[in-house]
Amino acid sequence: MKDQRTPLVEMKNISISFGGIHAVDNASVDLYPGEVVALLGHNGAGKSTLIKILSGAYKRDAGEILINGEAADINNPRDAKKYGIETIYQTLAVADNVDAAANLYLGRELRTPWGTLDDVAMEAKAREVMGRLNPNFQRFKEPVKALSGGQRQSVAIARAILFDARILIMDEPTAALGPQETAQVGDLIKQLKREGIGIFLISHDIHDVFDLADRVSVMKNGQVVGQARTEDVTKDEVLGMIIMGKVPPKAIPGPGAMQVA
Amino acid sequence: MADITQGNTQGAQTNRARTADENPIKRFFRATEIDTRLLGMVGALVIIWVGFQIMTGGLFLTPRNLWNLTVQTSSVAVMATGMVLIIVTRNIDLSVGSVLGFCGMVMGVMQAKFLPQYLGLEHPAIWIITLLSGIAVGAAIGALQGSIIAFLNVPAFIVTLGGLLVWRGATWFVTSGQTVAPMNATFRLMGGGTEGSIGATASWIVGILACIAIVAAILNSRKQRKRFRFPLRPIWAEYFLAILGCVLVLGAIAVANSYYWPTNIARKYADANGIAWPDGGLQISHGIAIPVLVAIAVGIVMTFIATRLRFGRYVFALGGNPEAAELAGIKTRWVTVKIFTLMGILCAIAAAISTARLNAATNAQGELDELYTIAAAVIGGTSLAGGVGTIAGAMIGALVMQSLQSGMVLLGIDSPFQRIVVGVVLVVAVWLDTIYRARAK
Repeated sequence: MKDQRTPLVEMKNISISFGGIHAVDNASVDLYPGEVVALLGHNGAGKSTLIKILSGAYKRDAGEILINGEAADINNPRDAKKYGIETIYQTLAVADNVDAAANLYLGRELRTPWGTLDDVAMEAKAREVMGRLNPNFQRFKEPVKALSGGQRQSVAIARAILFDARILIMDEPTAALGPQETAQVGDLIKQLKREGIGIFLISHDIHDVFDLADRVSVMKNGQVVGQARTEDVTKDEVLGMIIMGKVPPKAIPGPGAMQVA
Repeated sequence: MADITQGNTQGAQTNRARTADENPIKRFFRATEIDTRLLGMVGALVIIWVGFQIMTGGLFLTPRNLWNLTVQTSSVAVMATGMVLIIVTRNIDLSVGSVLGFCGMVMGVMQAKFLPQYLGLEHPAIWIITLLSGIAVGAAIGALQGSIIAFLNVPAFIVTLGGLLVWRGATWFVTSGQTVAPMNATFRLMGGGTEGSIGATASWIVGILACIAIVAAILNSRKQRKRFRFPLRPIWAEYFLAILGCVLVLGAIAVANSYYWPTNIARKYADANGIAWPDGGLQISHGIAIPVLVAIAVGIVMTFIATRLRFGRYVFALGGNPEAAELAGIKTRWVTVKIFTLMGILCAIAAAISTARLNAATNAQGELDELYTIAAAVIGGTSLAGGVGTIAGAMIGALVMQSLQSGMVLLGIDSPFQRIVVGVVLVVAVWLDTIYRARAK
C-alpha cells in the first residue's frame, strides 16, 4: 500500500497552539508528486491552520516538514515560496485596491533594467495566464475590488500557478464560484496534476473534492482522524470520519481516531 | 501569443461596443484616461480662485498673489506627499509639525552657530552640510518612530502623538527656547523671495524641459503599449494631452515671469550693478521660486516612488490588504519603517524651506502643520481607510488649503474665522468625496 517514492511533502507530528488551545495537535500528512490530497474536516478542525504552517503564514510549535525528503526551514511565506509552495487562501488574500497584474506579481514584481516596475510586461503575462483560466476576463485595468467573486478567485488561482509551483495548496478554492467556474477549477486541478504538481485541497464539504482527490485526510479537533485512498472508501464512510471520527476498515487511523471500546 | 492577440481583439470589440452607446463626454474621458477625481479637484480649485477673484475685486488672480501662494504652499505640499503614503498604509503621522520644528532648529544652529566656527561665516559649503544634516536628523527620527510602530506594534497614532510632544520639547532644548537668526545667504535661497527665484530665462528653460518631458512620456507610453499590443489611446487624445500639459506648464511660467521685483529692490540692484534706471522702472522677473521648484521636484520623485517602484507597489498593497501583503511575502514591517523614514526626510526638506523663508529658526515653527498636512492629503483624495491616494492630489489639496487662507487674508477676514472656514471646508471636502466614491461603485 505504501508508496515507495519520496513524498513531495511530509509534515510530521506538527503541533501549534494559540493561547493554550491546541489548534493542531500532533498531525502528520504527506503528499506525492502528481497527487491530490483532500484535507477534510469541520470548520475549526485545524485544516486551514495546518496548511498555513506549510505556507509559512504560521510558525509551528513542534514537528518537522520535509520537502523531497529533506528537512525544510519554513518560517514565513517567502521561505515557502522558495520551496515552490504556492497557496490559494480561503480569503483569497488579494490586495483589493490594485489591479489583477499587480496582484499576480505581488512580492515578485518584474522590473525593467532600471529597477522600475515593468507594468507592461506584467500585464502582458497576466493577460496570458488569465486567458487560460478565464478567457472572458478583460478588466485588467481595474482594481480587484471591482471584480466579481469568481474573477477574484481566478486572480488568486492565476497567482498560484504563475510561478511554476510544485506544491499547490488550495483552501476552499471553489467557495465563491458558480457551478461552471467550479468545473473549470476541477479541470485545472486535473491538468496541474498531470504536470506532476502535488495539490492539497482543503474543504469542509466532501462533495466538492471527493471525485478530484486521490486520497483524503480527515481532521477533527486539531488531530488527524485518519487517511484513506478515495477508491477504498465511500463518501459515507468519509463523512463518518469527519463527523464522528470513526475510521473505516480500509483507512489508516491517526491519533484522532475514535477509540473503539 | 495567439491567446493574447485573441484576447485583445475581443477587448477591442467590447471597448468599441461600450464606446458606441456612451455620450461624447464619457467617451472623451475614456479616450484621454484623465482621472476625473483629480479633475474635480482642479475644478474646485478654479472655483475657489475665481470666487476670491470676484470677492476681492481682482486682487486674487494676480501674478504676485499666485506666486506667493505657490511659495507659501510648498512646505506643506512637500510633507503632504509623504503623508499620502502614511495614510495609504492606514497609519497617521501627527508629529510632522514638531519634526519640522526640530529639524529646522537643528539646521538653524548648524548654519548660524556651529559650522561658522570651523568654516567661517557664509562659506559656500555651509548650506549643503546644513541641509544634509537636517535630512539625516529627520530620517533618524522617522526611522525611530517607524520602528516603534512596526516592531513594537504601538499604534502610529500614539507613537506620533508622543512624537508631537517630544520633538516640540526637543526643539526648545536645542537653544533653550531662543530663536536662531539670521540664516546663511545661500541657504536662504530655498525660501524664495527676490533672490530665491530663478529669473525669466531659467524659468523658460525649465518650462521647455518640462514640455519635452511630457511629450517624451506620452511617446514612451504609446511605444510600450504597442510593444505588447495593448489598446492605444486615440491619436487626437494623445495630442490633446500633450498640448494641454505644455500649455499649463508654459502658462504657469508666464505668470511667474510676469511678477516683477519690487521697485525698491530693483532700484538697489540697479545701483549696485551700475544699471541706469529706466523711465518706466526696471522690470526684472521673479520667475519660478526655488521652494516651488523643490516642491515640484519632490512631487515628481515621490510620484515615481509611489507608482514606478516596487516599494510604492508594496505601500499600496499593504494599505489595501495588510494580510494579503504579508502572505505574498512582503516584508511589511520594513515597508512601514521606510515610509516613516521617508516622511522624516520630507519634514526636513519642508523645514529647510520654512526656516529659509522666515530667515530664522523658532520654537513655534511648524505648529499645526501636521493638521494642515493631513488635511491636504485627505482633501487630495487620500482615503483614511487605506489603500487609496495620489501624490498629485495631495499637492493640489495643499494648494486648495493655502488658497483659502490666502484669499481670506486678502478679504481681511480675521484669523479665528479663517480657521473655522478651513475646518468646515475639510469636512465638506471629505463628505463630497464620500459621495463621489459611493457613486463610482
